[in-house]
Amino acid sequence: MNRFDYIRPASAAEAFAEAARPGSAYLAAGTNLLDLMKGGAARPDRLVDISRLPGLDRIETLADGGVRIGALVRNADLAYDAGIQRRFPAVSEALLSGASPQLRNAATLGGNLLQRTRCPYFYDVASACNRRTPGSGCDALHGENRLHAVLGWSEHCIATHPSDLCVPLVGLDAVVELEGPGGAREVQLEALHCLPGATPERETVLAPGELIVAVRLPPQGAGLAAHSRYLKVRERTSFAFAVVSAFAGLELDGGTIRTARVALGGVAARPWRARTAEAALEGAPASPDSFARAAEIALADAHPSGENGFKIALARRLIVRALKDALAGTPEAPAALPASPFAPHPGADHAA
Amino acid sequence: MSLSLRLDINGEPRIVEIDDPRITLLDLLRERLALTGAKKGCDRGQCGACTVLVDGRRINSCLTLAVSLDGAEITTIEGLAGDGGVGGERLHPVQAAFIRHDGFQCGFCTPGQIMSAVGLLAEGHAGADPERVRELMSGNLCRCGAYRGITEAVLDAIAAEAGAAREDAA
Repeated sequence: MNRFDYIRPASAAEAFAEAARPGSAYLAAGTNLLDLMKGGAARPDRLVDISRLPGLDRIETLADGGVRIGALVRNADLAYDAGIQRRFPAVSEALLSGASPQLRNAATLGGNLLQRTRCPYFYDVASACNRRTPGSGCDALHGENRLHAVLGWSEHCIATHPSDLCVPLVGLDAVVELEGPGGAREVQLEALHCLPGATPERETVLAPGELIVAVRLPPQGAGLAAHSRYLKVRERTSFAFAVVSAFAGLELDGGTIRTARVALGGVAARPWRARTAEAALEGAPASPDSFARAAEIALADAHPSGENGFKIALARRLIVRALKDALAGTPEAPAALPASPFAPHPGADHAA
Repeated sequence: MSLSLRLDINGEPRIVEIDDPRITLLDLLRERLALTGAKKGCDRGQCGACTVLVDGRRINSCLTLAVSLDGAEITTIEGLAGDGGVGGERLHPVQAAFIRHDGFQCGFCTPGQIMSAVGLLAEGHAGADPERVRELMSGNLCRCGAYRGITEAVLDAIAAEAGAAREDAA
């Protein structure tokens, strides 16, 4: 790990000023940043520790019925919050399907949104990576790439965004509140992460020194609470990133779909909102045929970026499965294996 | 640059001077404070051998900068046993359950497993469900594959705690 200066700002204004200097990085829990620094993939000159800034660790219900989640709320606290479990159950399920209990106790909401890709070539400083070192090339393109992107990638970068949490959040129209040297503004979560194009090193729309202070969930998302599901295919039962994941949420009018929300994880450099699939579902009967058609539409623009064509078929099937689960109704109790497509009966299926 | 930290470590207030902000909690415990119970396995948050409690919550000490913890309460495996603080004679119920159920083989991962299990009990989300125990212990790897005994030990400790709570109520 490189040497760095450690700064604990007394105020938000001081934090913004320090963080706007070249070479600075914000530090909250550091669960991803320290990992990157230990491998040399991140080499900040200065860490600006925001973990003690006041007022960023609350979950508040807003007057309009939405919820505002401070950027320093820990993943475990958000996942087990009774209001989140009741009104936005897929958010809780996605969080609990990610990382380990130890990491969830530390990792923060803002850090989850801004975590870096887990592309092994990004982590390995001996490899060419346009995202880490602009212009150096992309060793993933002709390397081990079965887990890489199938949507929105470019020949400059085929990395995916690894967050589980972001998948239901983007489906629920989450808004990201930012503050920085230039004042306060907000962006839709869907627009926070950049697709790689020719500049994969530009990962988000954040300006230098800008800080995520909160994420807002509009009240409309709670209308999906009775019919929503997050599913995640992993290469082991637990504590693994998604190969593909899917969020589905429905509002029903008898047998007809009034509102549909569909999003995918593990397929692109951003959490992927499948708006064309949603449009095809809304007004259609809530039937397997509609779900299959929506899944086709969702992946219509997908292309393998390497030996990962299977992810396109997998994503289609997972969308159908998530929609079927959503139609059947959100599980009453949180699943023993959160988001697992292989555990249809939550609870003790196996003896100890 | 010298940084002064106030830490409560296993019930003992300490003032710790560090000269390098890169020191993780794990390195501080092992290299500076001679508390070598927490183990350095992967050093990247993947194996859980370094698990300790910070303010009562289990975390990976390898992925936490010591300097960021000023004022925190740290509990390590050395602080679990009763009767006389560090090195006490009476085992914590989770430690006793691991022995009773043979929840280890080589023992390298065991301090992390036990601290993780203590955190799991405090969180209270597992109930008596072995599936949930396995899922909520997934941040701790055991290369010897002692998972069966580990799961039984954790379930036993949960049942013992629930039994004690019932006795208290009665």
